[in-house]
Amino acid sequence: MTATAAQAAPAAARKRTAGPPMPAGRKIGWGTTSAITIAWTLFPIWWLVALAFKAPATLTDGSFWPQQWSWANFSGIFQTSEFVRPLLNSIGIGLISTVISVVLATMAAYAIARLRFPGKRLLIGVSLLIAMFPLISLVTPLFNVERVLGLFDTWPGLIIPYLAFSLPLAIYTLSAFFREIPWDLEKAAKVDGASQRQIFTEVIAPLALPGIATTAILVFMFCWNEFLLAISLTSTNAARTAPAAMGFFTGVSQFTFPIGSIAAAAVIITIPIVIFVMVFQRRIVAGLTSGAVKG
Amino acid sequence: MSTISLEHVTKRFPDGTEAVEDLNLKIADGEFLVFVGPSGSGKSTALNMIAGLEDITSGDLLMNGKVVNDLSPKDRDIAMVFQTYALYPHMTVRQNMAFPLKISHVPQDEANRRVQEAAELLELTEHLDRKPANLSGGQRQRVAMGRAIVRDPQAFLMDEPLSNLDAKLRVQVRTMISRLQQRLKVTTVYVTHDQTEAMTLGDRIMVLRLGRVQQVGTPKELYDYPANLFVAGFIGSPSMNFMLGQFSDTALTWPLGEVPLPAERAARLREEQAAGDIVVGIRPEDFEDAALVEGARREHGSTITAKPDVVESLGSEVFAYFPVPKSTAAQAAELERVAAEVGAGDAPGSESTFVARLDPATTARENVPFDLWFDTHKLHLFDAETGRALGR
Repeated sequence: MTATAAQAAPAAARKRTAGPPMPAGRKIGWGTTSAITIAWTLFPIWWLVALAFKAPATLTDGSFWPQQWSWANFSGIFQTSEFVRPLLNSIGIGLISTVISVVLATMAAYAIARLRFPGKRLLIGVSLLIAMFPLISLVTPLFNVERVLGLFDTWPGLIIPYLAFSLPLAIYTLSAFFREIPWDLEKAAKVDGASQRQIFTEVIAPLALPGIATTAILVFMFCWNEFLLAISLTSTNAARTAPAAMGFFTGVSQFTFPIGSIAAAAVIITIPIVIFVMVFQRRIVAGLTSGAVKG
Repeated sequence: MSTISLEHVTKRFPDGTEAVEDLNLKIADGEFLVFVGPSGSGKSTALNMIAGLEDITSGDLLMNGKVVNDLSPKDRDIAMVFQTYALYPHMTVRQNMAFPLKISHVPQDEANRRVQEAAELLELTEHLDRKPANLSGGQRQRVAMGRAIVRDPQAFLMDEPLSNLDAKLRVQVRTMISRLQQRLKVTTVYVTHDQTEAMTLGDRIMVLRLGRVQQVGTPKELYDYPANLFVAGFIGSPSMNFMLGQFSDTALTWPLGEVPLPAERAARLREEQAAGDIVVGIRPEDFEDAALVEGARREHGSTITAKPDVVESLGSEVFAYFPVPKSTAAQAAELERVAAEVGAGDAPGSESTFVARLDPATTARENVPFDLWFDTHKLHLFDAETGRALGR
């Protein structure tokens, strides 16, 4: 099963490039539909980029194209610690949460996918429950708990709840990847003399690498984008992350609306996500299991 | 030096099904033993128990005289080749083959030397730095073999290693395995559902059916003296022809007429008090065109008239298919069960058609009646109720 799945993906990719030519009518139809969809999704992003690059004086001129390209908004936000410090918080909190979450989830997902142990169903049920819990209902209790424990407005104060909410997602994604790995590989490693730990580190984990990368991206994106907890559980730049900090931007005077700064900050925080996806995309798509078993 | 013994080994799954029941077997040092049976016969389960991948419910598994029931696979010092090859896709051929050595901390030089040796033996030297994904099926299979032999293990276990290869390659690799085993002299247990593989490879064969051992013996024993109807139907290709008949005193009556049995055989049947319904089996190769059978030999058998509806000539041999009257006698329950289990393709007697293998010099033509001789000394007789062989 897994072998055919792994083989099917590249085969499908080949078919797409070398398949029989499409009739002209359908080509035009598909082309138009795709163009509209892409325009629809990219329009807000373009608007954001355009705003970020407009000179402050021309922000409200209503044109889609900056009349005058300018770095003013960017240099503006990087001149104060109002954005730089939250950006560092975002990177730090995001990376730490991702690493811890992926390590824990890898082990948990392996156990769920491959081992039989008492309480497995309960574990799956509870993690599903957490994933479905509305975040907003937890904000007030978390606020109080963290204040009492001294975690309020600290990095751990955000990392811990982020772990709680990203773990179910990570476990789910990863256990799907682990299930794809042929059982025979594990048996072969066992007969080859590997211990349970060696099987995991030498055979299973390397094969699950695309899955781990995918999961890492998802978890990082969750932490990076998270706004509700970030704004509720922080009060200063000690732990406030970039999305939350944007809400506290002020204009040059209190009467100017900081729309240019917000647009520039939004562009900046989008960049890491774009890079992440571009770097890992190939890995995710390729899949490593091809050739493991008969193909 | 390694022997494997199974003593009253039973595997019962939690849902109560018995995959293997009371298996007793002694595998000698250096022996090539084949487990053969249709799917669901418990042959793979038996192999996995020897490997340590399945727990043994009851009974003892001994290796070199020591009970190893509770030893984990890694402590049993065995190597296994899987049907899917189970190569590690993220490692090169070299790394794949060296993996068991790396795990057991064999020094690097020694490991390299052994991998190199195995690669030469299996003609894999030029592929050592490639990944499994870039190899052909046959090459992958050889890498899997290589990973097994670098270990120099106590025993090889092979779980249908040829099933994923195409027919031509299968024959090549089969001879390679045979040669390899003779050269390395390592005790080997080989699982297959293909009786041809079993017959060609095994020093001895164990035939399994629904978790029970049917017969253990050399290929020749199994072929010449099948212990029961199942073994008779399973071993041999094309498979044995079966028909219901009755035995009375000295002769056998079946829809093709009356057949005088050799005196000795008849005496033994009388001793066994085999009265009533008997399943008569005759191998396709025990038929011959009567015109081609010389005097003395002719005395050994009996002649019937057959009208083949299909005649297939393969050059070296001719297969004649001819319809026979359907048995109207009592139900041969066992015969039907066997037919179902052995598989529709070679279901013995399922269509009331007999097949005879004839010398290419035969003049048999489709839809032309001719005299067909068969060797009465080579008839196989079975109890219609239990399937047990009679008069052996």
